[in-house]
Amino acid sequence: MGASRSRTENPEIQDLSDQTGFSSEQIRILHRRFRQLSGDEETISKENLEKIQALDKNPIRNQIIEAFFDKRNQKDGKVGSFEEIGFEQFVKVMSHFRPPNLKMTDEDKEAMRREKLRFLFNMHDTDNDGTITLDEYRKVVEELLSKSGAIGPDVAKAISDAAMLEVASINMPHMEPDDFYEGITFEHFEQILKGLEMESRMNIRFLDVDTSTMHCGKSQ
Amino acid sequence: MAPSPRLSHVSVVVMVVLMVLLVLASASHGAAAGGEASPHGAAGGTNVTHKKAFPVLSLKYDHVKTPFEISLWILLALLMKLGFHVIPRVSQVVPESCLLIVVGLLVGGFIKAIGEKAPALDDTLFFLYLLPPIILDAGYFLPIRPFTENVGTILVFAVVGTLWNAFFMGGAMYAVCRLEGGPLAGVDLLSCLLFGSIVSAVDPVAVLAVFEEIHINELLHILVFGESLLNDAVTVVLYHLFKEFSHVGTVTVVDALLGVVCFFVVSLGGVMVGAIYGILGAFTSRFTSHTRVIEPLFVFLYSYMAYLSAEVFHLSGIMSLIACGVTMRPYVEANVSHKSYTTIKYFLKMWSSVSETLIFIFLGVSTVAGPHAWNWTFVVVTVLLCLVSRVMGVVGLTFIINKFRIVKLTKKDQFIVAYGGLRGAIAYSLGFLLPDHQMKTLFLTAIITVVFFTVFVQGMTIRPLVELLAVKKKKESKRSINEEIHTQFLDHLLTGIEGVCGHYGHHHWKDKLNRFNKEYVKRWLIAGERSTEPQLISFYNKMEMKQAMMMVESGSSAKLPGLISMQNIQPKAESRERTIPKISKGREEEIRKILRANLQKTRQRLRSYSRHDLMVDPFEDMNENLSEMRFRKQRVEMERRMSHYLTVPANRQEASPVRRVRFESDHGLDQDYTSTESSGVRARNVGPTSSSSDAISVLDESPPLRPSRRSGTQATDSGEEETRDQRTQSRRLSDPGPK
Repeated sequence: MGASRSRTENPEIQDLSDQTGFSSEQIRILHRRFRQLSGDEETISKENLEKIQALDKNPIRNQIIEAFFDKRNQKDGKVGSFEEIGFEQFVKVMSHFRPPNLKMTDEDKEAMRREKLRFLFNMHDTDNDGTITLDEYRKVVEELLSKSGAIGPDVAKAISDAAMLEVASINMPHMEPDDFYEGITFEHFEQILKGLEMESRMNIRFLDVDTSTMHCGKSQ
Repeated sequence: MAPSPRLSHVSVVVMVVLMVLLVLASASHGAAAGGEASPHGAAGGTNVTHKKAFPVLSLKYDHVKTPFEISLWILLALLMKLGFHVIPRVSQVVPESCLLIVVGLLVGGFIKAIGEKAPALDDTLFFLYLLPPIILDAGYFLPIRPFTENVGTILVFAVVGTLWNAFFMGGAMYAVCRLEGGPLAGVDLLSCLLFGSIVSAVDPVAVLAVFEEIHINELLHILVFGESLLNDAVTVVLYHLFKEFSHVGTVTVVDALLGVVCFFVVSLGGVMVGAIYGILGAFTSRFTSHTRVIEPLFVFLYSYMAYLSAEVFHLSGIMSLIACGVTMRPYVEANVSHKSYTTIKYFLKMWSSVSETLIFIFLGVSTVAGPHAWNWTFVVVTVLLCLVSRVMGVVGLTFIINKFRIVKLTKKDQFIVAYGGLRGAIAYSLGFLLPDHQMKTLFLTAIITVVFFTVFVQGMTIRPLVELLAVKKKKESKRSINEEIHTQFLDHLLTGIEGVCGHYGHHHWKDKLNRFNKEYVKRWLIAGERSTEPQLISFYNKMEMKQAMMMVESGSSAKLPGLISMQNIQPKAESRERTIPKISKGREEEIRKILRANLQKTRQRLRSYSRHDLMVDPFEDMNENLSEMRFRKQRVEMERRMSHYLTVPANRQEASPVRRVRFESDHGLDQDYTSTESSGVRARNVGPTSSSSDAISVLDESPPLRPSRRSGTQATDSGEEETRDQRTQSRRLSDPGPK
C-alpha cells in the first residue's frame, strides 16, 4: 500500500502544497509523521498527541494540543473544535509555522505575520469571543509559570494585570477612570506585538530530507 | 544657537592649549633628562658646599613624569571627544573614529615638527591595556538571543570568511609582486600570506565605533560584530603559523594539519578558559551580599584574568574574554545589588570609551611617527583586493548559508555585511609586532592605508548608504512585559511544535539547555531564593524596579493625566454586592468612611501613576532606620486590624493578590514593599500590608500568605519578626469570627 499510495496521492499532495506552501517532499515527510502519531489511522485524536514524550515537560502543552483541534486555525471561518483531525487539517495547522521565503513582498510578509499572530490570538482566546479578557490572559501567564515550581497564583495575577495595563495604555491612552477596557482585540494584539516581528520568529525548520529513519525511537 | 559657537571656540582654545602642554611635556622630558645630569655633576665636582638659597619653587618633573603624561593624553583624548559633540554639524556627518584619527595626526604632526619622538602604538600597551576593556564591554553586553540564533552564520563568516580573505589576499599579492618585480620582487609567498592574514580580519573596535552610530537592525549588527569578535582565533592561529613558517621558509602538510589542530585548540581553549573564570566569578558573586562595594571589581578582575591567562598560552584572548562575560553575566546580575550592576555597566562603558578614543588617537600619531615605505602598486592593490575579497567572500558564503537558514539573508543584508567589514587597530598592532623584516615598513604602510581607507571612506559613507537602501533600523522601544510573555510563550510553542513534528531542532536543544541551567547551574551560582525564580518573574521584578526608580527620580508628585489604571481593566464588581454580609449600620458607616478615605488616597496616587507610594527614599539609607519605621507601622496596623477584625465576619470573596517588589540594599537587607489589591482599586503602601486591607477584609480577604516562601526571602532577623506577624495575621484572617 505504501509505494503505490504515494503515486496516487500526487494530485492531493499538489493541492495541499499549493494551499499551504509546503513542498511536496515536506508534505510527504509530514504525512509519515502523521501516520506515526496516529498509529496508522486516518485521523488523530487528542490522546495521540498527548502521548508525545517531547511535550511532557512543556508548560503550555494543553494549549498546543488544543490548537491543533481548533477549527479557527483551519481558516475556513468555522468556530469550535474538532474531535479528531485528518492529515489535511494537520498540515494546515503546521503551515502557520513556515518561514517567509526570499521572494515574498512586504505585503506578503504582512499577511504572513497577521496569520501567525492570529494563530497566537486563537490560542489565548479560548472562549471564541474575539477578545482576550483579563481572565484568559491570566490563565496564559499561569500556564507559562506552571512548570516552574510552586509559584503562587498571586504572582501570575500581578504579571497579567501589569500586562493588560500596558496593552490598555498603548492602545487606548485616553480612557476615563470609569471606562472599562473589555479585552484585547486582535488589532490591539497586533499592535503590542509589533516589535517582535513574528514572521521571522515564529518558524520552525521543516525538513526537506526525511530523517525519520534516523530517530532512535524516542520521538513518539 | 548663540552659546554653541562660543562653546566651540572655547573648546578649540582648550584643545590647542592642551596640545601645546602635551608637546611641552614631551619636550621637557628631554630637557629634564638633560637637566638631571648637570646638578649631579655639579654636586660631585665641588666638595665645598656653599649655602644655596632655599628653593621656594622648584621644578621636579621626573618624579611625576609618567603618570602626568598618561593623564594628559587621556585628558586630551576625552576633551576631543567632548569637543566633537559641541560642534553639531561635524559629528553628524563624520563618525567619531575619523575625527579622532585626524586629531591624532595633528598631534603627531605637532610633535614631529618640534623634533621630538612621538609615542607609537606600543603593542603591549594596545593588547594588554587598551583592547581588553572594549572587548569586555562588548562581551558582557552581548545580546545573547540574536547571537545564539545566528551563531552558525557568524561562525561561518568568521572562520571560513577570514580564511578565504587571508589566502586570497596573500595569493593575489604574491602574484602581483611577481608580476610587478622591481622593489617587490623580494617578497616571498609566506610573507604575503602573513600579510594577508594580518589584513584580512574584521576589527571589532572599528566595527563598534562605526556601527554604534548608525543603529541598524539587530540581525545585521550581531552578524558583523559577532564575526569581528570570533575571527580573533583564526587571526591568532594564522598569524603565528605564518610567522613561524617565514622563519623556516617551507610549509609541509604536517604543519598545515597542525595548524588546523592549533585552530581548534586556540578557539576552544580560549572559550574554556573564559568559561571557567566566568563560573568562578559567578560563584564568587554568590557570597558578596555583605560586601557589596567590591562586587564590580570581581567582575572586572576575573574577566581580565581570563584574558591574560588565555594570552599566556597563546590562546585567543578575545574569545576567552567574551566567554567569561557571557557566562558570568546572568548569574552575577541575579546576585549583585542594583547599584553594583549600575557601577559595572558604567565602568565598562567608561573604560571602553576611553580605550577606543585613545586607540584612534594613537593610530593617528603612529601614522605620522612610523617609518613608511610607500609603494603605489602594493598599497593600491592591497586596498582594492581587500574590498574585492570581502565582497566575494560574503556573497559566496551567504549563498551556502542561506540553504541552512530559516530566515534568509537578502541582498541588502549581504551588502551591509560586506561593507561593514572594517579593519582597524588590531591589524596595525599585529603588523607592528612583526619581526624586523625587509618588508616590514612596506607592510605597515599598506596596513595603515587599508585601515584609513576602511575607517574613513567606508565609515563615513555607511550611514548615508543605510539611509539610501532603507535598511531596517533598530527598534528603539524597550522591552515590554507583553513582549517578554510572548517571547517565552513562543519558545515553548515552537519547542512543542518541533516535538509534534518529531525532529530535534534548534528549539529542542535550547529548551534542554535552559532546563539544565535551571535545575543544576542556577542552584550553585545564584544566592538565595532567586535561584528558583523563573525568568518571567525576574523580568517583571526588574521592570517594577525600573518604574519605581523613574518615579523616585521624577518626584512622586508628578501628575501624569489620563493614565490607565487598574480600575479600567478590572471587571466591574456588580455581582459582589449580593454577597456582602449583613452588618450593623454603625459598622457599615465606619467601613464606608474608611473605604472612602482609602479610595481618595489611592485615586490621587493613581492619577499620579505612582506605582509605589514611597514615603522614604529607598535608595538613600537602606539600613536600620527604615526597618525601624516599618516596625512602628506594623505595630500600628496590627492594632487596627485587631480592633476591626474581632467584630467582623470573614468572608472569602476574591483573593486579593499580594504583590511584592524587592529592592536589594547595599547592606543586604531585603525590603519587601507589598501592595494589596482591593475590589479593583490598587492601594499601595510601604510595609507588609496596607491599612486598607483590614477594612476591605469585610468584602475580600487577603489570601493566607505563604509564610514558608516569605521566610525564605528574609535575610535578617527583622524578617523573622515580619513573618511571624504575617503568620499571625493570616491566622487571624482565616478565623471565621462571630457569625
